[in-house]
Amino acid sequence: MKCQACGSDEVVVHLTQIVDKEMHTFHLCERCAAEKGLQKSSVPENFPLTEFLAQMEGEPPSVEAETRPPACSYCGLAFSEFKESGRLGCPHCWSSFEAQLRGLVRRIHSGSQHVGKVYLSPDPSTFEREKRLGVLRRKLERAVELEDFERAAVLRDQIRATEPVA
Amino acid sequence: MSETRPVGEFGLSWLDASGECSDIVLSTRVRLARNLQGHAFGARARVNDRLAVLEQVRSARGRAELLADAEIRELARLAPRPRRILFERRLVSRELIGKNGTATAPATALVLSPRQPLSVMVNEEDHLRIQTLLSGLRLREGWNALDALDDELGRELPYAYHHEFGFLTSCPTNVGTGLRASVLMHLPALVLTKEIGKVLQGLAQVGLTFRGLYGEGSEVVGNFFQLSNQTTLGKSEEDLVDHIDRIVRQVIQYERHARQVLLRDAPSVTEDKIWRAYGLLRYGRSVSFEELMNLLSGVRLGASLKLLPGLRVYSLNKVMIFSQPAHLEDAAGRDLSPAESDAHRAALVRRILTTEGVVHPDEDIGDGNGAPKGPPG
Repeated sequence: MKCQACGSDEVVVHLTQIVDKEMHTFHLCERCAAEKGLQKSSVPENFPLTEFLAQMEGEPPSVEAETRPPACSYCGLAFSEFKESGRLGCPHCWSSFEAQLRGLVRRIHSGSQHVGKVYLSPDPSTFEREKRLGVLRRKLERAVELEDFERAAVLRDQIRATEPVA
Repeated sequence: MSETRPVGEFGLSWLDASGECSDIVLSTRVRLARNLQGHAFGARARVNDRLAVLEQVRSARGRAELLADAEIRELARLAPRPRRILFERRLVSRELIGKNGTATAPATALVLSPRQPLSVMVNEEDHLRIQTLLSGLRLREGWNALDALDDELGRELPYAYHHEFGFLTSCPTNVGTGLRASVLMHLPALVLTKEIGKVLQGLAQVGLTFRGLYGEGSEVVGNFFQLSNQTTLGKSEEDLVDHIDRIVRQVIQYERHARQVLLRDAPSVTEDKIWRAYGLLRYGRSVSFEELMNLLSGVRLGASLKLLPGLRVYSLNKVMIFSQPAHLEDAAGRDLSPAESDAHRAALVRRILTTEGVVHPDEDIGDGNGAPKGPPG
């Protein structure tokens, strides 16, 4: 798709206007959109992860140098590669870059502590089991509140299966 | 050798418009991102990693009751057209099939349940994307179905899970619950009354985001918006789903209100717009997909407001899916040039509008000033 003002290939703004009940869509490149006083989007369409990463890039170099983590010991991904792509290399990267990712995750999600479903590994510890039981009991209460008895029965079975055998 | 057999009816059950508010909410899609320990994520995964992930999924499928009889379709073994059909049905991402369905990474696959609207994308950005697609607004039902399948798969597969961050994903925007719930909504009256900007800005403030018909990076056409949660960590899955459900119900109310405003303040313009759209679809001989979506928007509004009596939402859903390029080529049994595609599309729409749902424009003759309708006496 080409910019309707200058013909460039880099269309980034799709402007929909309704004039006299007629809808018109214009496709513009960033420069032409800026000339018309338009920002890329009045509402962020997707989460601006790259912006956050770019901000991190702009942090003072001394701090950066001190805290720069080594590459992931499992897959070899360097933190700078993550900053470029926004994608981690493997599950182990989450441990390798834990401190940096905690900061990033807090800014993205307004918190870093997962409070949802607890995964039970094939050989769960008592702690894991208790945590999962807590979540299942909360779900059961909610299902009963909503009078979703079919789901409540499923959850009750799950709780029984998770509880340690006496 | 590539398989050319059609992809059957997979991913079409939502068309029946059986769900709640299905005139405004076309479909509910919920997905969970999951990864397996010990293997690199999508982009960095070597062929061996990818094959091992697929092998583990294959053996887990055999033991998961909810995936009994499920088929595994390896995308490398499908011809480009069936791959594009899966994309047009929103069962696979564009990333998974490449441009025009011609490129696909090794060991990418789709697990399809024949009995329930459950499927699993394998070896996309994350190892697993467990997903469901339902008619209308059915967020809780969608989450419950995924939760059950996730439990079954989690018993068989060593998920990558962190005590603090939750389910680990390739992109930090998906970590935690890995849950993305999205609702495809048709909001023509909010667009016509220019209220849509406010609504979309409001969404951002309550942690929701919007996209076009085909998800990330796609443009909004025909007033169809996909609303979904922006964050995935720090709230339980139930809270996330309930929150989206509440917001979507509010947006539905705004849209219904805006429709009443249109009918009250501009009844003849609204009615004219709807009938013109219907006329073009009913009698046109060539229509592009984008034009179709815009016309469908008008006709859908008419069906919802009972201004086009007899026209069912089901038929309009069907038009939307089967008029996409790969579906048209599938019906024609050959590749189609863009011009042929537009002609085939127009013919398909005419056929559906002629055979399903009887709309009699001529019964509606008045003098345009609110005079009694019907033939002159």
